[in-house]
Amino acid sequence: MESVLGRYRNLTILVGVLFLQVLGLAVQVKRSADTENTRLIRIWAVDLITPFERGLVWAQNDSSNIWHNYFFLRGVRAENRQLREQIEQMRLEEVRLSEDATQAHRLQSLLAFKEQFIAKTVAAQVIGSSGSDLSRSIYIDKGSNDGIGPDMAVITAGGIVGKVLHVYPSTSLVLMINDQSSGAGAMLEKSRLQGVLRGTPNGELVLERVMSDETVGVGETVLSSGGDQIFPKGLPVGTVSKVSPGKEMFLNIQVKPAADLSRLEEVLVVTEKREREPVAESGGRVRAADILAQRLPSVPNKPAEVAGAAAAVSGATITAAKEMSARAKPQVSGSGKLATAPAAGTAAAIKPAGGTEASGAALKKVAQKTAAGDSATSDGLGSAGSNTVLSGSSHPSANPDPNHGANAAPKAAVNSADSSAKPADEVAKPVSPPPNPQPAATDNNPH
Amino acid sequence: VPITYTSGEQIEVYRFSIPVTVGVPLLALFLQAFLPRRFPFFSIFDLPLLVTIFFAMARRNPITGLLTGAAIGLVQDMLGPYPIGLYGIAKTVVGYGASSLGAKLDVENVGARFLVTLGFYLVHAAVYFGVARYMVSLTLNWSWSRGILAGLANAVVGVGLYFLLDKFKQRT
Repeated sequence: MESVLGRYRNLTILVGVLFLQVLGLAVQVKRSADTENTRLIRIWAVDLITPFERGLVWAQNDSSNIWHNYFFLRGVRAENRQLREQIEQMRLEEVRLSEDATQAHRLQSLLAFKEQFIAKTVAAQVIGSSGSDLSRSIYIDKGSNDGIGPDMAVITAGGIVGKVLHVYPSTSLVLMINDQSSGAGAMLEKSRLQGVLRGTPNGELVLERVMSDETVGVGETVLSSGGDQIFPKGLPVGTVSKVSPGKEMFLNIQVKPAADLSRLEEVLVVTEKREREPVAESGGRVRAADILAQRLPSVPNKPAEVAGAAAAVSGATITAAKEMSARAKPQVSGSGKLATAPAAGTAAAIKPAGGTEASGAALKKVAQKTAAGDSATSDGLGSAGSNTVLSGSSHPSANPDPNHGANAAPKAAVNSADSSAKPADEVAKPVSPPPNPQPAATDNNPH
Repeated sequence: VPITYTSGEQIEVYRFSIPVTVGVPLLALFLQAFLPRRFPFFSIFDLPLLVTIFFAMARRNPITGLLTGAAIGLVQDMLGPYPIGLYGIAKTVVGYGASSLGAKLDVENVGARFLVTLGFYLVHAAVYFGVARYMVSLTLNWSWSRGILAGLANAVVGVGLYFLLDKFKQRT
């Protein structure tokens, strides 16, 4: 026996070393179903490598900052001017979105929907990766000392990135969504079809479990569905880049990630999520149109009659007025502001392109669109924190309540005495501008 | 100039100082973890594998080779998200194979180094794929085109790297 072992000593040692590693693998695979604690051996390896990475990143950033912040300032003034203009535009957009968000909140509260808010985030810097093209993971410079825990969502302003896999005292390993072992719940923004988002060995993203008889368009936005209990609902995931028939009656949908996963530098870790029912705002609410009117000093305050005529002439405005009147019921029940605010009637005239569409089509949108205006509720996230969306059933058209819809319209028309909008029954008919517009609304309200 | 023959008795065996033995694999692991963050295409290279092959071929001792491969592979595993041992097993096999081959063939010239690196890259990928798929149940897909392309890229880089590392060789 000894002679055999001596003769094949090298091979014996090879088999022994391989056997030990296979045994170790088997133990890990068996334990993976349990709540896995980070192994000490991993901590040692990470502690060995990450300080160098952290140091290099620090030195790199500092030298880059000195150059960019003190020397290379060419074009800063022009950029500053552009950014200021952009801020002004975004302020106007914010007004529009806040109206949408408020409306979404109100509808959610009416339907007693619970929504998830990102309550707290921790910003972290990417310091390294697993370094293999067979796995997609990154190291960030925040760990358990900073409140990071396993299975926390990692996002950027662009979209979701991945989840925290292993946590060390001062660093964490993040498994990205395009890793082949990762999975996340996702849905298509327009059709609300839900599927499972998976990574591929090539680092691409695919949306699985969408039936082949569904229609999915290239370029459609994909959002997180919240079904995985890791990513809050409504965060951007990416856009559909290719759709082809897949296996077993499912579509093969390739998704282009919203976040640039190959060039991540800073990320946000969602350390706290809150689930609560939205609260409808009570009295004293300011309409978006009022705010908009205040912020546009160049637009003269038109008399109500003029605004009414303008609204009556424009076909698009009429449609908007119809939709406004259709959603008038919850507003009236909320604060009655619609009844006394002439700006409600002039909103369409003030901003026919965006404002009208926004205020009029808000009910249609809320079931499909993320409510970006909720960002005030999150501490550090901005728009990403608020992307809680209603499910398809929350669409007002699905509500069998007769008070929602046409019956509510006459009431709004009555309450807005100087409103230009006709009652819904009337304004719904003309598609093109009527030859003889009726300037005043008539009282069709039986009550 | 190292003299190599196919006869085991006349073969040149090298050794390395402790700083090189420890430092070079650690540097390779560090670069492998750091560079793909800045240069995503770099993830196609496997510097720890190239270092494993180099040390194994230079020492020409199967036991040292397999232990070197196992150590480098296990540390690489610890930095990744998957169970520890996937790279360990693959690099153990490569370390053993490269050192056994180095003891029998002339692996000092460019052509031999290129082919050996290409071959062992594919062996490494195959072992990793087999263990990951059939023992750990990872959903890996084998791609010949990708494997060969990555193998060729690693072989090119490996040839250059080996000449750089030749400077640290010490004759026994």
